[in-house]
Amino acid sequence: MELHTLSLTEAAAALRRGETTSVELTRTLLGRIEDHNPALNAFLTVTGEWALELARQADARMQSGGASPLTGVPLAIKDVICVQGVPATAGSLILKGYRPPYHATVIEKLLAAGVVILGKTNTDEFAMGSSTENSAYGVTHNPWDPTRVPGGSSGGSAAAVAAGLAFGALGSDTGGSVRQPAALCGVVGVKPSYGRVSRHGLIAFASSLDQIGVFARTAEDAALLLGAIAGHDPRDGTSMPTPVPDYAAQLQSGDSLVAGQSLRGLRVGLPKEYFVSGVEADVNTAVSAAVKVLEGLGAQVREVSLPHTEQALSAYYIIAPAEASANLARFDGVRYGARAHASTLWDEYRQTRGAGFGAEVKRRIMLGTYALSTGYYDAYYLQAQKVRTLIKGDFDSAFDDVDVIACPTSPTTAFKIGEKADDPLAMYLADVFTLPANLAGIAGVSVNCGFDRAGLPVGLQLLGPAFTEDRLLRVAHVFQQTTEWHTKVPAL
Amino acid sequence: MPLTLQEVQHIAELAKLELTDAEQARFRDQLSAVLDYAASLRALDTSAISPTATVLPLRTVLRDDTVQPSLAREALLANAPEAEAGCFRVPAVLE
Repeated sequence: MELHTLSLTEAAAALRRGETTSVELTRTLLGRIEDHNPALNAFLTVTGEWALELARQADARMQSGGASPLTGVPLAIKDVICVQGVPATAGSLILKGYRPPYHATVIEKLLAAGVVILGKTNTDEFAMGSSTENSAYGVTHNPWDPTRVPGGSSGGSAAAVAAGLAFGALGSDTGGSVRQPAALCGVVGVKPSYGRVSRHGLIAFASSLDQIGVFARTAEDAALLLGAIAGHDPRDGTSMPTPVPDYAAQLQSGDSLVAGQSLRGLRVGLPKEYFVSGVEADVNTAVSAAVKVLEGLGAQVREVSLPHTEQALSAYYIIAPAEASANLARFDGVRYGARAHASTLWDEYRQTRGAGFGAEVKRRIMLGTYALSTGYYDAYYLQAQKVRTLIKGDFDSAFDDVDVIACPTSPTTAFKIGEKADDPLAMYLADVFTLPANLAGIAGVSVNCGFDRAGLPVGLQLLGPAFTEDRLLRVAHVFQQTTEWHTKVPAL
Repeated sequence: MPLTLQEVQHIAELAKLELTDAEQARFRDQLSAVLDYAASLRALDTSAISPTATVLPLRTVLRDDTVQPSLAREALLANAPEAEAGCFRVPAVLE
């Protein structure tokens, strides 16, 4: 078997049994990156020498004992997460040349676990987008069809995992930026509950919505990764002190809700507002078939209602840009990044930002600034925050009746590069099923549940109350034990 | 209600963004479309609803007031476009 086709869990097991070494795995993947990244543009930076150094350290640690389940496993990191000394662009020209002087907390945790970091992956600029077309460093191509987008904003991470260039990857999800590209690339993507994973060292987009998440081929792999990065961090005042379950171990043991390989007793809700016109027929067909699989495993399926779904998109596209306009005020060319030279400080700010930011980032800064400006704050921003309360209430009520919600991750499969690039509103609709979870702060997982007639992957989204990642991962795991979608790989 | 060019210029100035004439015209149309879409928010009666700024129960998290190691000044200045005498260098702020 070729090494890159192993799941993360299988690769880790092969390492522990001494059947391969981290250096061998790392060389294999670096070779694949060299072969395929020119066509895919999934990686913006490849840290080859450092990766091999980390691999050698991991192999030594494997010999001397004290290895963790992730020791020696090569991973990719979205380029909005700071890795000390390695360029971090956030997909923007304004951060060209920036080398963070510190590690994000998630990177410290992964390095302590002994992982190998292969490099940094492409993203829409400052994670604003659903296609990676907003990257200043070129679009990432979908491994299933290079004329199509991989989704976004974490499209580089999703494509890298789907193409077998990494066993797993980190991304960030503010409105669907992990789940939607996971769906469009046919891999598993986890958006943890707000407060589950430290945001220290994540370049901020919308701070009340941002959350670091994981990509992998299987739910089992994702459980291992999430377990390694989750937990309270004194450096992030919005990280919760809630204990971190052993997600990977719990997949095997089962509990009262999802016992063993059965879903008996699990109550699954289908939001009627999500099964509507505008969803591609093939997406509906694949998701409905997946729900039948859950039902066949013993789940009780019923309809639920999320009445404010229609307003969620509007609320999101006020709140997220408003927070972004404040967060991105820090990019003024004084402390880091590119700087325009003018005779006054104000002109330097205007020109640095005018030249450094791309169109979508400018659009959102403008939108957010408008929504926060005198005379419009109450009508837009305050009203959006009130609607956010209603949306959170919708989920609270639904979860009184069901344990998980199942729905499409994205209304469409991967769309053509350029298809929506000039129509911001059409692009925003790509997030219509994912962004409500960010507004409510709840947990979400996307898992591949089939393909459309063109052979493009379809994602099933599972949503659960805050801090039920263990439940969602178990449902996804049981689904993958019963189906074979996760074993399909794109021909490169 | 569509935005005017003057409003676009006012917002750009608040955000300290230099925009070309073409960008101003494009943003006027695109932002108007998004704001038009977002107008559906105002159809909801929220007079009895309180706003959600964060979903977390946490408020004003404090740490113990103890001295901790911090990053070295040189490491922080290393990314600066211009630095001098251990400081970030910028054009004169005062006349």
